[in-house]
Amino acid sequence: MTERTPLHAEHVADGAKMVDFHGWDMPLHYGSQVEEHHAVRRGAGMFDVSHMTVVDVTGEGATAWLRWLLANDVGKLKAAPGRALYTAMLDSEGGILDDLIVYRRDGGWRLVVNSATRQDDLAWLETQRRKGVTVTERPELAMIAVQGPAALERSAAWLGSAAEAVAGLKPFGFVEDGDRFIARTGYTGEDGFEVILPGDGAAAAWQALRDADIAAAGLGARDTLRLEAGLNLYGQDMDRSVTPLESNLAWSVAFKPPERDFIGRAALERQREEGVPRVLVGLKLQARGVLRRGQRVLYDGQPVGELTSGAFSPTLGVGIGLARIDAGIETQELEVDIRGKSLPVARLKPPFVKRGEAA
Amino acid sequence: MSNIPAELRYASTHEWARLEEDGTVTVGITDHAQDALGDVVFVELPELEIDVQAGTEAGVVESVKAASDIYSPVSGTVIAVNDALEESPETVNEDPYGSGWFFRLRPSDKAELDELLDAEGYAEVAENDAH
Repeated sequence: MTERTPLHAEHVADGAKMVDFHGWDMPLHYGSQVEEHHAVRRGAGMFDVSHMTVVDVTGEGATAWLRWLLANDVGKLKAAPGRALYTAMLDSEGGILDDLIVYRRDGGWRLVVNSATRQDDLAWLETQRRKGVTVTERPELAMIAVQGPAALERSAAWLGSAAEAVAGLKPFGFVEDGDRFIARTGYTGEDGFEVILPGDGAAAAWQALRDADIAAAGLGARDTLRLEAGLNLYGQDMDRSVTPLESNLAWSVAFKPPERDFIGRAALERQREEGVPRVLVGLKLQARGVLRRGQRVLYDGQPVGELTSGAFSPTLGVGIGLARIDAGIETQELEVDIRGKSLPVARLKPPFVKRGEAA
Repeated sequence: MSNIPAELRYASTHEWARLEEDGTVTVGITDHAQDALGDVVFVELPELEIDVQAGTEAGVVESVKAASDIYSPVSGTVIAVNDALEESPETVNEDPYGSGWFFRLRPSDKAELDELLDAEGYAEVAENDAH
């Protein structure tokens, strides 16, 4: 039985093409994935991300536990509630169990983790849990991501009294306004916010935002937007077989302060000392065509890696992708095997698109 | 329900073929196919003057979702390709039976057209495909 978000009826009424996404019946697009992509880059679009898993962590031991559980250091957020950070959650070998955002609330913490990893994540939290820590899943909550250069302006009426506070937030800041939890986060590389709210109020919010000229966008556009922004997708660009250092996520690992131990730390320090075997890089196709996950990356005719994500970039009009390649490869000029043809690609450091333009 | 013009012939692999007055055959993909693919972002067309066999690969259409081979519905020599698709592949979505055509053949055996599906036969294929 596939699960449905509180916005399921809205998607069906909007003519969405629905697909099974890790057990959830979700909108792939509402007619044109490319138009939805452009709507987010040029104006504003919104995504139903209620399938994502919200977990609240409370108790006197919560902060110390999260500093042990997560590769980034929630101690950076200790000054005041209202800030969040991106982090990986690792196993003892440094393998990535999931990536998530952790929010420091007044009197506790909130994690938003991937839906595809929900069961494994909850099981992991339970085995790692310590005394004085309470972990509560919040399946009754819905989540809407409103993204794009005009996202805040067009949402102002719906945000109401919270509009000014939201506009004043820096990236990864958030406010709680009654039962609305509004954060300047997202997965598109654009300005905007994500709101977590009770499921029974989600349809009214969705309709109000749509009436404010914010286009409904599906999982298809979400994927091309995140790829242009150079953001990894768990299960594709990273999983338990790789570490953050092999996934272009070294920036999200807090090795300082040195006295903070965290799960996977020893393994990452070892890898940092020995050098990583593989790296995750951005590739831009220098010929007409589309990069796809699974295509082989060649150097001098020899395979040196594989695409972990690939797509046609609607903003740039070229094939783009992320690839995991041997760390020893220094050259910027590589090739990708597309149906037996070796086509040139340029290697670059993501993102591909920044604020709607080629990065 | 997708649009399936009665005057065309169809392959079960979702290409259409139209016999023109001058005896050539125009080929494209069906409305059902473009809808299933989603936004088309890249089309690879056959080279001019090559000979293609019925049911063999004659190009590739790539959408936001996947790459799919295009099979020629009949055998013949490629005499024209729709270069406009290089710049505007979305035409395949917008007008699959008109300006979204792929290539034109001089058929080597017109009788092959009779072996293709008619609109009714293809409607059944498309219907089964949707489930």
